[in-house]
Amino acid sequence: MVEYNSVSRKLFIFVNYTALAVLALLCLLPIINVLAVSFSDSYYVSANLVKLWPKGFTLKSYHFVAETPEFLRSVWVALERLVLGSVVNMLLTIIVAYPLSKESSQFRFRTGYVWIFVFTILFSGGLVPTYIIVKDMHLLDSIWSLVLPGAVPVFNLILLLNFFRSLPKEMTEAAHIDGATHWQVLWSIVVPLSKPALATIGLFTMVGHWNEWFNGLIYMNRPEHYPLASYLQTVIVQRDIALTTDPIMLQQLAGLNNRSVKAAQIFLGSLPIFLVYPFLQRFFMSGIVLGSVKE
Amino acid sequence: MLRRWWANDLPLHIMVWVGLVFVLIFAYGPMVGLVIAFQKFVPTKGLFGSDWVGLDNFHYILSLPDTRQVIYNTVFISIMKLAAGLVAPLLTALLLNEIRLKAFKRTVQTIVYLPHFLSWVILSGILLDVLSPNFGLLNDFIAWLGFDRVFFLGNDHWFPFVLVGTDVWKEFGFGTIVYLAALTGINPALYEAAVIDGAGRWKQTINVTLPGIVPIVVLLMTLSLGNILNAGFDQVFNLYSPSVYSSGDILDTYVYRLGLVNFDFGVATAVGLFKSAVSLVLISGSYMMAYRFANYRIF
Repeated sequence: MVEYNSVSRKLFIFVNYTALAVLALLCLLPIINVLAVSFSDSYYVSANLVKLWPKGFTLKSYHFVAETPEFLRSVWVALERLVLGSVVNMLLTIIVAYPLSKESSQFRFRTGYVWIFVFTILFSGGLVPTYIIVKDMHLLDSIWSLVLPGAVPVFNLILLLNFFRSLPKEMTEAAHIDGATHWQVLWSIVVPLSKPALATIGLFTMVGHWNEWFNGLIYMNRPEHYPLASYLQTVIVQRDIALTTDPIMLQQLAGLNNRSVKAAQIFLGSLPIFLVYPFLQRFFMSGIVLGSVKE
Repeated sequence: MLRRWWANDLPLHIMVWVGLVFVLIFAYGPMVGLVIAFQKFVPTKGLFGSDWVGLDNFHYILSLPDTRQVIYNTVFISIMKLAAGLVAPLLTALLLNEIRLKAFKRTVQTIVYLPHFLSWVILSGILLDVLSPNFGLLNDFIAWLGFDRVFFLGNDHWFPFVLVGTDVWKEFGFGTIVYLAALTGINPALYEAAVIDGAGRWKQTINVTLPGIVPIVVLLMTLSLGNILNAGFDQVFNLYSPSVYSSGDILDTYVYRLGLVNFDFGVATAVGLFKSAVSLVLISGSYMMAYRFANYRIF
């Protein structure tokens, strides 16, 4: 055991801690930088004096963003989408995963059905035909265009059906002998036993809906129907779009730095993620391993 | 028999169909729409009213000088991402695995996973700021070191590497989880045996740890081969600008611009069909390989 106290070992441990600390900082510094900019006075921001700590602390950018009607409206649309989308996704994932988790001997068409779902991961109609379908269904400009096309998340479906299959069969069989229907078995036995898997999928689904921006951009003709992520895409990323045309707001904006306003929007846009992240953390280890490392 | 069908099979069929309806409309419906690739599609005339042009759209694409460049960019960017995306998390997992201080380990893990959960819209906002040539944090650092400032997002030489770098930055923490899980799965008896044979930590890493995770590395590599035509729409779309189209334009962004910006529906769909068809072959191939060599099954 000499090795453990050797000089080279100690050196390695030191280098290792340093390297990992640097990696962690690399992930954190850009976020801290943007936060600092969002809380800083426009004078210091313009002079490029703000690095990792706010200078001339102020909430002006946040006041400005909070008073932008477009921003507030898009938050509302995003919440609407989050609730509707997550409920639809979770219900359909559970209801479809249950029959597909049966053995082929119990449900003959299982494999065929699974392939119909899996094929949609392998091959797709692509952007333009999908857009045309959504248009023909008269979903453009409606919140349902953000919910229905992705109503059945196939990756989650496979994850959940694999989880259902790992549950002990004896419990469901006993329930069937006692006269329970499939519907009863699903909701009173299978679902309660699957809480960890459902929590993982649920959190991923919600994060997905909060972050998704592209559908909102192409299916909504009117910017007032954009969910937050799409709205942020237009104001943060599409560089030459004016933040507002309202004269009073323009006047206010004159005393602000564009960078600070964008930074505030970035922070507000990711705030829910930062808030659920600690909970996410607890679940996702098991969730990801569930989905990625399988025999 | 009928009773069994009524009580057992029918409810199961109904449950499947509740979801199947949506997939048939929104995933299989567009597959029918792929016929646009063989038409001179005019939206007002509809899917079956437009004129059929055979393979004209495909001939036209091949005659465009952009197309070859776009395919090259797509493959180049995704191969680099694939390599970097395998190595970076693997190294991080190996380093983390050597840490004995639980609190430090957990803190590092928590921080490096974080960017994965932020969307490319948010991250682009952050990166546009951090990579800016005038006031960006990274360029301030480069200037402080005495080098010239680099316009990372506007320079077509740098842009593909920026894509790879930022993709690794976003995803390496997440990939680390899988490798850490694989590392904990290695039989501790192997380490004990190695120690008895006089192996130090380095020898243990080479002879026990690495061989222990080769299967999962091979599996992930195989599976990611199927995605070689997916160079990351969200990322490129939110970071690129016309000045870097030459090196940063990928198939998905190309389809977007042809289809929804230029309204060249037939051509855009033809490019999309080409991409989907090649992806189908690649993904099926990689799943078959994963099944044969790693006994991996999706369901």
